Amino acid sequence: MTVYDIIFYLFAAVTLVSAFFVVTNRNIVHSAFFLLFTFFGVAGIYVMLGADFVAIVQLIVYVGGILILILFGVMLTNKIVSVEIKTDTIHALPASIVVGLFTGAIGAAVLNTKWNVVETPDPVPSTAAIGSMLINEYALIFELLGILLLIALIGAASMARR
Amino acid sequence: MLNVGLTHFLVISVVLFSLGIYGVITRKNAVMVLMGIELILNSANINFIAFAKFGNFGLQGQIIALFVIVLAAAEAAIALAIVINIYKTITNINVDEIDSLRD
Repeated sequence: MTVYDIIFYLFAAVTLVSAFFVVTNRNIVHSAFFLLFTFFGVAGIYVMLGADFVAIVQLIVYVGGILILILFGVMLTNKIVSVEIKTDTIHALPASIVVGLFTGAIGAAVLNTKWNVVETPDPVPSTAAIGSMLINEYALIFELLGILLLIALIGAASMARR
Repeated sequence: MLNVGLTHFLVISVVLFSLGIYGVITRKNAVMVLMGIELILNSANINFIAFAKFGNFGLQGQIIALFVIVLAAAEAAIALAIVINIYKTITNINVDEIDSLRD
């Protein structure tokens, strides 16, 4: 068991345990904070996969942007009288049975498939290569996504103001 | 325990996806449903990057993951705007009680 494996299991445990608390905690604010740890764990898993730039983008966009947006959403859609912002769960038992069966099926499919794994070279810094791919092969998608993000944010702002 | 390989990352992704689905199904609050969707998008991203690394597809998987992150940001902004509008209209964002279109 190498250091790589130990760090991987650490990040995996952080991700899955906090994701479990996200979906089971009754307090929405606590769920949002556990989501923070899930995003950190996923960023760590990206680093384990040699995707350093994606990991940093994950931290900046998810933790710095989406999570703050979600917290604002929680604050703006509850009558705040205390820190306790509760929410109920419905159909917990049937949902856990169905989701458990689903997990078993997909997990069995993953474990029983013989993946054609190629030996990969050691990861190298990817930022420069990603930058040049974004303005060469993926230039059109990059521009379209920029326009989409602009339209979405303008739409969201005008919708939320109404 | 065997060495960490593609299967480990796929199993992480499967469990994260299932937890996201569980959150989407069981939570009543619309913001919580949104958090479940974020978990699902993250698990898809792990899959993209894991297959890109272990299938030796270079950086294409990482670029797709970046596009997914951008889409997630747009989706979160739009969804929260809709949720805030619903809250202003019927002062409630429990997804099982917003059924006025059914009547």
